[in-house]
Amino acid sequence: MKGRVLSAGEAWGQALVLREPLSLWGGLDPASGELIDAHHPQRGVSLAGRVVVMPSARGSSSSASVLAEAVRSGHAPAALLLAEADLILAIGAAVAAELYGHELPILVLAHSDLSQIPEGAHVVVGRDGSLAVV
Amino acid sequence: MRLVVRAAEVLGAERLIPITRAHVDSCLYHGEATVDFVERLVDGGARVSVPTTLNVGTLDLLHPELWRGDPATAERGRLLMDRYRRLGCRPTFTCAPYQLADARPAFGEQVAWAESNAIAFANSVLGARTERYGDFIDVACAITGRVPDAGLHRTDTRRAVLVLRLAPDVPQALRASDALYPVLGIVLGRRAGTRVAAIDGLPPGIAEERLKALGAAAASSGAVAMFHVIGSTPEAPTLAAALQGRQPDEEWEVTLSELRAARDGLTTEGAGAPGSAIGAVSLGTPHASLAELREIAGALDGSRVADDVELLLSTARDSLAAAEAEGTAERLRRAGAELLVDTCSYLGPVLLPSPLPVMTDSGKWAYYAPGNIGARVVFGSRAECLRSAVTGRVWRDPALWGER
Repeated sequence: MKGRVLSAGEAWGQALVLREPLSLWGGLDPASGELIDAHHPQRGVSLAGRVVVMPSARGSSSSASVLAEAVRSGHAPAALLLAEADLILAIGAAVAAELYGHELPILVLAHSDLSQIPEGAHVVVGRDGSLAVV
Repeated sequence: MRLVVRAAEVLGAERLIPITRAHVDSCLYHGEATVDFVERLVDGGARVSVPTTLNVGTLDLLHPELWRGDPATAERGRLLMDRYRRLGCRPTFTCAPYQLADARPAFGEQVAWAESNAIAFANSVLGARTERYGDFIDVACAITGRVPDAGLHRTDTRRAVLVLRLAPDVPQALRASDALYPVLGIVLGRRAGTRVAAIDGLPPGIAEERLKALGAAAASSGAVAMFHVIGSTPEAPTLAAALQGRQPDEEWEVTLSELRAARDGLTTEGAGAPGSAIGAVSLGTPHASLAELREIAGALDGSRVADDVELLLSTARDSLAAAEAEGTAERLRRAGAELLVDTCSYLGPVLLPSPLPVMTDSGKWAYYAPGNIGARVVFGSRAECLRSAVTGRVWRDPALWGER
C-alpha cells in the first residue's frame, strides 16, 4: 500500500480505526490523548501512539493547535491515515515538526486501502508514504 | 511563507493569489504549543500585511472577573491574545467578524478566514471566498497576504453536489421557528461531510442570523465550509445556479423524524424533560449580533430571569459597545442577563458550577459543551430558552415539533 504524503515521517504503531469522523478540537484531549467527543461512539479510547485511521475529519479550525499541542505533550497519534486530504491537520503536523522536531506522518489513502487495515493491526509507515500492515 | 507553500502542496494549487483580509483563530490558547508558535513569529518581527480580525480568546478581557478557572491558564490565554495584537491584528475577539460592518468582506472578495462558522458564513452568506483555514495557516496567510489558488477560492469548487429538501411532513410551526436552523445544520453536516450542498424548498430571503445558526451547526457535525440555500444565499438565486448547470451527485429528503433525531442528539440523555429545573441558559454562539441582543431585550422586557438561573449572552466587544450606547445592554442586565465578550461560554469555566443542565438555542454550543466543559445540555428554540430562563424550568412549545 502507498499513500499520498501530507506530512512526511516514519512511524509504527497499532491501528485505531475511527468509526466516525472526529474533530480533534473538542474531540481530543491533547494532554492525555483521550477521545473526549461526547457524540463519538469510541469516546474514552486513547489516540496516543496509535496509527489512527480517520475516514474524514470534521469541524473546528482549532484542530491544528490541538494536534501540535498533543505532539508537544507526547500524547499525539503515531500517524494519521486519511481518506481525504485535510489542510488543517497537515498544518498542525508541519508546525509541530518545525517547533519540536517531531515528525507525525499523515497519509491519504484510497478508501479501498483504508478498509483493509484491521483494528489493532501493527502498521509501519515509511517516509515515502509506503504502508505495511503486519 | 513556508506554511503557505506547504498548504499549496496539500491543496494541489499551482500558484498563490492575493487576499484582502484575514480572520485569525490561532489566538485561542490550547496549550503551550500555541504560545511557542506565536512567540516565534513575534521574535522574527512578523506583521500581518492585510486587515486582520481576531477570533475569540480564552477569556473576556473586559470582564476578567467572569473567569472562574485556574488563574495560570487565564494568564497564558491573555498572553496569547496580546501576542496576536502585536502582530498587527485587530483585537475584535469575535467568532462572528461578519457582523462588524467594516470587517465584512464583499461578494467575490478573496480572503483567508479561520473559525469554522465564519468560514461557512463568508462563503455561503456573503459570497466571499475562503478555503477551510485553521490555526497557524490563518496567520501565515495574513502575514504573506497570499493563499493557494485552490478549493473554494475557485468558482467550480463552489458548485453544490448534494441537494437537501425538507419533506412535506415538517410542520409549518417548525419551518417558521429559529429552532429549525441549528437542527437542519446538524443534518446538513452529517449528510454533506466536506461536500457543498444546496438546501431547496425553504422560503426565500431567510434572515442572516438563521443562516449563521445553520452554518455553525453544519460546521460542527461536518466539515461544511460552504452551503447554498436556494433563494437566500447569493450564489443560489435558483437551484440551477447553485448546481452551476450540472446534475447533483445526490438528492436527499430530510424528514421530520430525521430532524427530531438530530434535535434529540443535542440534548444530553436524561435532561430536558418539560418542567425539569435548569441551572443556566447560554445564548450567543456564534456571537449574538446587535439585532439579536435587541430582540432578546425585547422578549425579556417586563420579566426577570429566575433567581437561581444564570442567563449568559455571548457577543463581540464591538456589539456590546453599540448595545451599551443605545441602552440595550442596560435593559438586558435589568432583566437579569449577563453579557460575555471576547470568548464563549463553552471554551472555559465561565458558567457558575451547577449540577443542573444548561439550556441553549445553539446547535454548536450543544454539540461541543458536553466534551469541552462537561455541561449537560438542553437544546431549545430561542423562545423556549428565554421562557425557561424566566421560570427556571424547561418550557417546551408544544406546536413546534408536531408531538402534541
